Amino acid sequence: MNNVLIIGATSAIAEACARVWAQRGDRVFLAARGEAQLKSVADDLRTRGAKFVGFKVFDATAFDQHAALLAEATQAMGGLDTVLIAHGTLSDQERAQKDVPYALKEIEINGTSVVALMTLAGEQLGQQGKGCIGVISSVAGDRGRQSNYVYGSAKALVSAFASGLRQRLHKVGVSVVTIKPGFVDTPMTAHLPKGGPLWAKPDQVARDIVGGMDKGRSIVYTPGFWRLIMLIIKHIPEFVFVKLKL
Amino acid sequence: MATQVFQSWGRVLREPHEALGLSSRHAPLPLPADGQTVLPFGNGRSYGDSNLNPGGALLLAGQLDRFIDFDPVTGVLRCEGGVLLHTILKLIVPQGWFLPVTPGTQFVTVGGAIANDVHGKNHHVAGSFGNHVRCFELLRSDGSRRVCSPTEHADWYAATIGGLGLTGLITWAEIQLKRVANPFMDSESIRFRSLEEFFELSTASERDFEYTVSWIDCAFEGKRLGRGLFNRANHAPAVIDTSRVPKGLPTTLAETAKRVPITPPLSLINTLSLKSFNTLYFHKQWSDVERGLAHYRPFFYPLDALLEWNRIYGPKGFYQYQSVVPPERALETTRQMLQTIAHSGMGSFLAVLKQFGEPRSRGMLSFPEPGTTLALDFPNSGPKLMRLFDELDRIVLAAGGRLYPAKDGRIGAAIFQAGHPQWRAFSEFVDPRFSSGFWRRVTGPTSGHAAENP
Repeated sequence: MNNVLIIGATSAIAEACARVWAQRGDRVFLAARGEAQLKSVADDLRTRGAKFVGFKVFDATAFDQHAALLAEATQAMGGLDTVLIAHGTLSDQERAQKDVPYALKEIEINGTSVVALMTLAGEQLGQQGKGCIGVISSVAGDRGRQSNYVYGSAKALVSAFASGLRQRLHKVGVSVVTIKPGFVDTPMTAHLPKGGPLWAKPDQVARDIVGGMDKGRSIVYTPGFWRLIMLIIKHIPEFVFVKLKL
Repeated sequence: MATQVFQSWGRVLREPHEALGLSSRHAPLPLPADGQTVLPFGNGRSYGDSNLNPGGALLLAGQLDRFIDFDPVTGVLRCEGGVLLHTILKLIVPQGWFLPVTPGTQFVTVGGAIANDVHGKNHHVAGSFGNHVRCFELLRSDGSRRVCSPTEHADWYAATIGGLGLTGLITWAEIQLKRVANPFMDSESIRFRSLEEFFELSTASERDFEYTVSWIDCAFEGKRLGRGLFNRANHAPAVIDTSRVPKGLPTTLAETAKRVPITPPLSLINTLSLKSFNTLYFHKQWSDVERGLAHYRPFFYPLDALLEWNRIYGPKGFYQYQSVVPPERALETTRQMLQTIAHSGMGSFLAVLKQFGEPRSRGMLSFPEPGTTLALDFPNSGPKLMRLFDELDRIVLAAGGRLYPAKDGRIGAAIFQAGHPQWRAFSEFVDPRFSSGFWRRVTGPTSGHAAENP
């Protein structure tokens, strides 16, 4: 039986992952900001077959609440094996490049709060000598681009931190999985023009994520073709890159 | 503002719409900033323009896809409006329950099933989908929320069932499921050679068989006119003889589906392929009667095994024509329609004939009524097809029948209004910020919704 804590559980990607775990009959504990929606997601997962569903209203930028969340989830489920850190916002780049407090807030939500949670989860799972931490980073963290570098740099922090944590925890039997979704068709992106092959559905992305966490993969690009796209983007020489519109 | 191109199942129209996401049923209804109208869009299985709102916005209602509660003792299921019947079946069949009414595809949302008051092969005993909806919540553009049931806000309940999504957004609904012992169907397929034979079989089968439907050949005139295969079935009893399950049919819930990978440049359906197919299909069984057990999936949803089958009609898409005519003149009218179709040389693989029964639909605009319904697909061949449709319209109208809005992409206001005399009373319930391509067409430019034209 897998005991799963999901932070940012009402995001479309996290919810789709939670459904995979629920359908396996796992125990899940959900944390997110909106209570009504948390309850909706909990009801859904219970109906789909989760053995246990608990939830807690949680703001990831309230750093002093982090330890309490982990303790409560562990107690409620009778253990903790898997942590998925999936909270975040899609930053408004135009605003973030002029408004310093906003930019720092975005980095806190998408970057430092994730680092803090990974630290605590890493400690707990490291001590028990087993488990898996999945963290949603982004292809945007692979290279800063003019269209979203505030969001992207927060995700770059997450990716680099996860890489180091993975190396350290690998030795004690805990896997850390960096998840890099491309464009996902969710209510968060409903306002963006979409269509075409680059856009993926949340349930497809969730299968990749849970599958990658099952296998203890290091870095999961989802859909997989993003690995190739980002390989190319990362290797464009800077003198060419500065001229591009990307 | 982002626009996205949407198509309905017939693929005739490709229209850009503003797309509005719905992340939570508790959240306020999103509305376009520019005063444009909206329409809930579920899974896009309506054929014409009743699920499109060209020039306006669509609410991505399929995103509200959470279960709320399921009681395996009573079979009462409550879920959000965007949950697919397919998802529901995966949850309920292993627990001994089934949908009380199902259309020919499981890829429709609960909200869509209510908004079109869909029917199935068991109409003669169970009525349509709305007959099994205990209650639902209706969210209007003014922010009001109403829980509607046969006793509470009964007027809104009646307007919303079959109301084509125009009365507001169905955020959640509660339906009463029906007990089954297993996923199998005990079915019989009987060859008939004339329409008279069809009506005899149909009447004789209604008492003992929960599900009846016929495939009818409309490719030929003369002696072969009105021949077909009559299918009747019941859910299999608790103890079944598994040796009667034909080899190769699924026995588990695991699914396999193929996909039509591309849209061919021309419709693959034409007179030649149609005649050969229909002849082969008519003779597919050796004996006049074949009986066997089948899994519910190939029985109810044969076409769902071929994803995006609508592509076979080519880039111009296709129309479906579905009518119902009252019982008194059903035989004569059906014969006249089949003759007209066969004579035109246009027609379809999927000509379906069924007798609706007595159970009264609960919706003001519900399509089913006692009588005989005929449904056919036609590749979009332009004006020639429109002339055939006009002829069929005249036959249906003269018989006192009506057409199914979920399938329609072309009828004029007069035909719709004659078939659905309650439309004007219904229009009082239309949300002033909701509209659809279909609604604007069938209500005409002068007869708008209640807010403008009380």
